[in-house]
Amino acid sequence: MTSILFYLFSAVLLFAAFKVITAKSAVHAAIFLILAFFTTSALWLLLEAEFLAITLVLVYVGAVMVLFLFVVMMLDANMEPLREGFTRYFPAGALVAATIVVEMSVVLGGRYFSAENFPSPVPHGPDYSNTKELGEQLYTVHVFSFEVAAAILLIAIVAAIGLTFRRRPESRKQNIADQHRVNRSDRVRLLDIREGDET
Amino acid sequence: MFELSDTVLTVLWTIVKIVVIVAPLMLGVAYLTYAERKIIGYMQVRIGPNRVGPKGWLQPIADALKLMFKEIILPTGANKILFVVAPILSIAPALAAWAVIPFDDELVLSNMDAGLLYVLALTSIGVYGVIIAGWASNSKYAFLGAMRSAAQVVSYEIAMGFALVGVLMAAGSLNLGDIVRAQEGNFLTWYWLPLLPLFVVYFLSGVAETNRAPFDVAEGESEIVAGFHVEYSGMTFAIFFLAEYANMILIAALSSILFLGGWLSPFQGIPVLDPMTAWVPGLFWLLMKMSIFLFLFLWFRATFPRYRYDQIMRLGWKVFLPVTIFWLFVEGVAIYAELGPWFSGVLGA
Repeated sequence: MTSILFYLFSAVLLFAAFKVITAKSAVHAAIFLILAFFTTSALWLLLEAEFLAITLVLVYVGAVMVLFLFVVMMLDANMEPLREGFTRYFPAGALVAATIVVEMSVVLGGRYFSAENFPSPVPHGPDYSNTKELGEQLYTVHVFSFEVAAAILLIAIVAAIGLTFRRRPESRKQNIADQHRVNRSDRVRLLDIREGDET
Repeated sequence: MFELSDTVLTVLWTIVKIVVIVAPLMLGVAYLTYAERKIIGYMQVRIGPNRVGPKGWLQPIADALKLMFKEIILPTGANKILFVVAPILSIAPALAAWAVIPFDDELVLSNMDAGLLYVLALTSIGVYGVIIAGWASNSKYAFLGAMRSAAQVVSYEIAMGFALVGVLMAAGSLNLGDIVRAQEGNFLTWYWLPLLPLFVVYFLSGVAETNRAPFDVAEGESEIVAGFHVEYSGMTFAIFFLAEYANMILIAALSSILFLGGWLSPFQGIPVLDPMTAWVPGLFWLLMKMSIFLFLFLWFRATFPRYRYDQIMRLGWKVFLPVTIFWLFVEGVAIYAELGPWFSGVLGA
């Protein structure tokens, strides 16, 4: 049962990944990338890595790809000019691809990745909690590297916000605090208008 | 062969359970639309639907039949596949999230340990239906609605996630059933009291996530007609409608489970009332609590004018987010100080 599901998800994943690079429109490519992430998450679920699988959906599918799709849709990119040099760049691309295939097969075909070194994992009992296991590892054994990663991410956040934060004097914005402090006498002036008066 | 038939049996049994959850949910959606029209009607000194069936009770059925038999119009220049896929993408997560909702102590389809995370993940992918619908419709209004919705949902998800972090800190578990059991005691030990700011932020973010008034700029009928679903008709529109209401019910169920003690009786721990109401099933209390939130959804819609887009962004990023982060620190101190009765056993567990 598990192996049927594995091959099914793998087939969908390969198809989606292939379509990401061959799809005609950028929006379609982004949507296939979402499908690829989703299928990867399903594969991880088969490995009993439920926490990682759900986090992948939450972070990549739920947040990163939404913004990605947002940008791609706004761009309305015309893909035709990008296609023009296909024959010219094909030899170089094929060379790179072939190199990667050879490298991968050398690494994965070597004896470190042989089937003896990686026996199929024994399924855990129903009491096994991947979330708890992962948390224990992260917060005890790897606590130092975890903290370092957190600090790096924090710096990255500050830097990213710092890059986008620039003062533009021509843009107008509201001061919410000022708006809250407003009372009736600031905005309304009652005039006593009699007949025959001008304005 | 025996093993295979066992698997088949499990699959069939699961399908039966899914039907048992989804069928009442769909009925709930139908009568939520009726409740909405009636309640808002009375709030505006009108009567609301009262023609189809006794007191208008058959109105939602008539509406459903009408939508089913209407023609589905494909706009010229629309992306046909994505145009049809979008409503499905919007309803699938709204239904799939119900798999981990515990209705009673043992009454849950999938008792998974990362349940809270699963729900958060699924509510966050519901936005694809809206974005893809907006893009595939090949219409400016639909596209504007989709863009608004994308930015809004991503913003409010962060505040929502932080509110959930508060809940899991207090309960020490991501399992929704365990979260309810951690609130046991009386109605003062439910998390609404120690996590009051997170409770408010969570529910309001939930209103924003479901694109309901006053956060419904994605539809904004006075500015962009009907936003992302302006080109949809008949059943395709009905599915967006179903998804919106199923999401409302989901947010109501989650708010009840996370902050109002789920299936726990409000009379728990009270001398005379508790034994007297012990026969009432937990499901009843959960439904009562959900009704409170659903009423609030409708009440908001009848009361508040629509937020302006920049005000929505300000509320999400500059008000909700700092409030949740501040309260997480307060909660951390409370857990460390073992502040009873809520946080006394958390540190050791």
